[in-house]
Amino acid sequence: MRRFRFRAVCRIAVLSFCAGLGSWPALLQAQESYFVTYSHQMEEPGNLEIAAKSVAGAPKGGNPFVATALEFEYGVNGWWTAELYLDGQTTIHESTVFTGFRVENRIRPLMREHWINPVLYFEFEDLNAADKALLEVVGHDTREDLILRNSRAEKEHEAELKLILSSNFEGWNVSENFIAEKDLGPFSWEFGYALGTSRPLALKASPNACNFCRENFALGAELYGGLGERHSFGLSETSHYIAPIVSWDIPRGPSIRFSPTFGLNRNSNGFLFRFMLSYEIDQFFSRVRGRQ
Amino acid sequence: MKLTAVITCLLLGGMAFAGAGDGSWLRKVSEKDRARLNPLANDPDAIAAGAKIYAEHCAPCHGDNAEGKMQGRHYRPNLHSRRVKEATAGELFWLLTNGSLRNGMPSWSRFPKLERWQVVTYVKSLH
Repeated sequence: MRRFRFRAVCRIAVLSFCAGLGSWPALLQAQESYFVTYSHQMEEPGNLEIAAKSVAGAPKGGNPFVATALEFEYGVNGWWTAELYLDGQTTIHESTVFTGFRVENRIRPLMREHWINPVLYFEFEDLNAADKALLEVVGHDTREDLILRNSRAEKEHEAELKLILSSNFEGWNVSENFIAEKDLGPFSWEFGYALGTSRPLALKASPNACNFCRENFALGAELYGGLGERHSFGLSETSHYIAPIVSWDIPRGPSIRFSPTFGLNRNSNGFLFRFMLSYEIDQFFSRVRGRQ
Repeated sequence: MKLTAVITCLLLGGMAFAGAGDGSWLRKVSEKDRARLNPLANDPDAIAAGAKIYAEHCAPCHGDNAEGKMQGRHYRPNLHSRRVKEATAGELFWLLTNGSLRNGMPSWSRFPKLERWQVVTYVKSLH
């Protein structure tokens, strides 16, 4: 049974990745190093980044799924980035559904580079309770949330705040996110965390044009999980994940990220596979207006 | 009286903001950063590598020939200008690292130091 589940996850992951490659020309390079953690890197002013962030899993007791968050990230100016996420998922033996949207804004209050750079993050989400995109873990989220059926009609309207702290040093990025989420219904505040670090394989660009130069690749890792609720704060009764990340930024092309993700306790799903394909359109509105 | 004070503040604020787009970032650079030497100044590959990074990340705003261009209502600076020519390598490195966020110049601190120095070497080679 376990072998079947692993094979199903692999099959879904490969098929989804191939589907992403198939739409290569339609997708346009991005800068995000992580799947869950945010760094202080803002989108360049006027640029639009389009990314498909997917996660595939086969939760015990549930059906294998692939959930994708389609991300549109726009640099409003040098210190303000706005994003829209459209979430959807396919669950085997169930259906393919649109599960909702998220709107977020990131603001960088300090205008210069410091040892630790804070960014303030505000998000509103309107999602089906069965959404499995797993862009954060908060409160007492567990693997049970991954087996909710697509047909579940319950809607969640939530506001989310994040304090993003991030540092760049000698090629390394180290980022820490503290998450506070509040359901706009009668539920209490939920908390979570995400930590990430990454580094390119080379710290100096080669003089020749190349797709496979070491500077185009980066390795990293993320650690994220829940911190309980206001009245039950802590690391227990929630899920935690660790995930190595491999990134490939193709010059003048898309960026590709892979991340096998491992659950760290019995509340976590044992294995998830994340992958992302993204591209950045320079000076989007100028292009649309035909002024370039 | 209050109205006059508000208008004065707005005008002064506007002037300060306009000034920021006119090389005022140079005043923010510390003496230590200004005097920083380019470790790749004599690296024969640095110009080509810098040109490569420039073409991908800088040219969309500053133009393929680094001559600057209009984008919407904003003018993106000409890197052949006298100000850039007279700027020290350390000042340009500071600008790449910190950006000038209020004026649309992003921070490129995500690039490793040596890559930023490669871009500085390329920009200096334009003069």
